[in-house]
Amino acid sequence: MPKIALRVNSQPVSHDVEGRLLLVDFIREVLGLTGTHVGCDTSQCGACVVHVNGQPVKSCTMLAVQADGADITTIEGVSPEDGLNPLQQAFHEKHGLQCGFCTPGMVMTAMALIQDNPDPSDADIRHGLEGNLCRCTGYQNIVEAVRAGAKVMRG
Amino acid sequence: MRDFEYQKPKTVTEARDAFNAQSDGSFLAGGQTLIPVMKQGLAMPSGVIDLSVIEDLQGITVTDGSLSIGAMTTHAEVAASPEVQKAIPALAGLAGGIGDPQVRNRGTLGGSLANNDPAADYPAAVLALSAAVLTDKRRIPADGFFTGMFETALDEGELITGVEFRVADRAAYAKFPNPASRYAMAGVFVARVDGAVRVAVTGAGPGVFRVAEMEAALDKDFQASALKGITVPEDDLLADIHASAGYRAHLIVVMAGRAVDAANGKGGGA
Repeated sequence: MPKIALRVNSQPVSHDVEGRLLLVDFIREVLGLTGTHVGCDTSQCGACVVHVNGQPVKSCTMLAVQADGADITTIEGVSPEDGLNPLQQAFHEKHGLQCGFCTPGMVMTAMALIQDNPDPSDADIRHGLEGNLCRCTGYQNIVEAVRAGAKVMRG
Repeated sequence: MRDFEYQKPKTVTEARDAFNAQSDGSFLAGGQTLIPVMKQGLAMPSGVIDLSVIEDLQGITVTDGSLSIGAMTTHAEVAASPEVQKAIPALAGLAGGIGDPQVRNRGTLGGSLANNDPAADYPAAVLALSAAVLTDKRRIPADGFFTGMFETALDEGELITGVEFRVADRAAYAKFPNPASRYAMAGVFVARVDGAVRVAVTGAGPGVFRVAEMEAALDKDFQASALKGITVPEDDLLADIHASAGYRAHLIVVMAGRAVDAANGKGGGA
């Protein structure tokens, strides 16, 4: 069984894994970090988005072995000890969620988007969130939340 | 998913040896198709050979009218590359419109071409830009590479190492994406390369194809108006729940016109 060594939310982790183990299952089942969700399991919905070396990827469409040596950030790694980060706070204030299932993936994708483009237009936000599906909000308030979060983050 | 032996070779030679040692090996590029297909049990390789750390499959270089891109270059890297944006902006634009940001961060040029999905974007660029697909054994001109739905001229175990594109003096890509999957229902890449116009269509048929009648018309007059009256026969086009063959035939002409306009700097394009 291959052994992988990586960093997850700045903590070093090493583990023996089967080749077929998906990164999302490693995160949820092995590490117990259940903030990363499995929605469709077919790379469409984006509920499973985590950052791999700073870039958002769908962790249901990556093998854990492919993350050997990588730096992974999950939703648990972007929040302060207590409370919410500015983007999460904006989702709360702008009502950017209803059931909340898609929210971790939305936040992870939007954080990377804002990092690349600190002042995104609505079109940039919608293009950037194409890989994340929400069945509740109709996206309008998600776009507003990302715009508001970006504003706070760029100070 | 059935388990498999996982290997991560450091060179092309090691990758070939690893492949040959398997009864049913599979190269893993970005995995954005292979992993979903393995999850569904449609592929059950005995061994998976991860190409991600092979240096010879990386890199973007421009030389004398050609742009070479390593097979393991991700769509996001192509989209963001200043070299690609300068040499063939339409290619950077195409890469930036594939799938979604997460797919673009993992999916690769070589993986897309080896898979040859009938709705993939890259085959249109490779065919229209008169590119050559470079492998560990040979150089395959685009016109002979795409042989059918999910079929290519690659031999068993033959590995794409990169693609050499001709730098076009005019080029643009316009696609009508499926609103849910973002795959092209019809995508048209129009390019004028070495003085000749090439028009390649993806998403609408069982594989990428050229439209000779459009090429001849655009050779005479490189304007969208030159396409007036040209129709594409429906007979060989795809028909499914997303679009009928007739609708796709219509989309091809519309997208071709938009691509020509974009190539002429009149907005539009993908």
